Amino acid sequence: MFEVFTWLADKLVFQLLGLSPDTKLGDSLHFFIEDTTKIFALLLVMIYLIAWIRASLNVERVRDYLAGKHRGVGYLFGSFFGAITPFCSCSSIPVFLGFTSAGIPVGITMSFLLTSPLINEVAILLLMSLLGWKFTVIYVLVGMAIGILGGFFLDLIKAERWLQAFAAKAFKAAQHRKAEAVADDNQAISMADRHDFAKSETLEIFGRVWKWVFVGVGLGAALHGFVPDGWFEANLGNGQWWSVPAAVFMGIPLYSNATGVIPVMESLITKGLPIGTTLAFCMSTVAASFPEFILLKQVMQWRLLAIIFVMLLVSFTLVGWIFNVVFPY
Amino acid sequence: MKQIKVLGSGCAKCTKTAEVISKIAEELSIDVEVIKETDPETIMNYAVMSTPAVVIDEELVHSGRIPSREDITQWLA
Repeated sequence: MFEVFTWLADKLVFQLLGLSPDTKLGDSLHFFIEDTTKIFALLLVMIYLIAWIRASLNVERVRDYLAGKHRGVGYLFGSFFGAITPFCSCSSIPVFLGFTSAGIPVGITMSFLLTSPLINEVAILLLMSLLGWKFTVIYVLVGMAIGILGGFFLDLIKAERWLQAFAAKAFKAAQHRKAEAVADDNQAISMADRHDFAKSETLEIFGRVWKWVFVGVGLGAALHGFVPDGWFEANLGNGQWWSVPAAVFMGIPLYSNATGVIPVMESLITKGLPIGTTLAFCMSTVAASFPEFILLKQVMQWRLLAIIFVMLLVSFTLVGWIFNVVFPY
Repeated sequence: MKQIKVLGSGCAKCTKTAEVISKIAEELSIDVEVIKETDPETIMNYAVMSTPAVVIDEELVHSGRIPSREDITQWLA
């Protein structure tokens, strides 16, 4: 089904531009055109379909649902909804406060917020089309595991101690008025509403991610054409324990979202970078970004921010090591 | 004069919302005061989770996306 994009790239690069597939430039350009056209087509179609299906899901409903949940399953559901709820990272703060002031434990809220940047429909689409379903399943499981365990850990150390005063107060107040019935104002939505929502979501998400696709695929294409096969294997292979933490630290200052990083993952893996190291690098790029951490300062004290940051770095490193051991090549 | 607050933590869509409201009010020559509210605590007290949100004379009328022209005209009427 994807051959049409290979065919298109063949036509453009080899026939129209007359480049040879044996040159670095021809190879890179072919890769770039094939991947960008494929990704753009997939994004437009799939975002619309997915938005259409989930038009009735929003953060308010998720909050009401999570507010009544037992802690044990709360982390799982928090992480699950983090993955599927449409949600812009610029709303992290209102969502954090909304959950907290509804009495949802900080850990469950963080399960939601940690999973959200790692897993979303665009990320899954890209993974499926570029790296195959097996890798996609692994990525989703790892992303959710980090959200679930991270949230569990934060409640274990009683992270609510280190919220900003007003947020802690709102959380306490909610504890006292537990079991308050939440008004269910979900009116049924019509087909026309669904179409409107799906259309505006498609335009909005596409408008936000298209440049990342160019950047990501561009970098991936450069790696693909110019880095010799097996270079990573020889230089950053399984032998060195330090290559995983090094990859995690390299990922922190690089701020990207999943859309930009997944095409790079494809090239890194085909060039022989071990799967664990690749996962560690990419997850650290996507989930541990300074701009978003600085935003969280509005609701958390430095101490808690530092704990979460270190927690993420440790988790990514562990993920890297575990996968390098379990899936050597 | 109506007092209109746009709630949001300073994202692009929130700025846009405030601009659109001011512009339409001007077109209809209705006197309004548009305030951008970015303080997280205040936003929490309005129980808003999806920004941008719009509060008119202390009543929450909208949240989650940039309001449409029809919405705004209706609020201003």
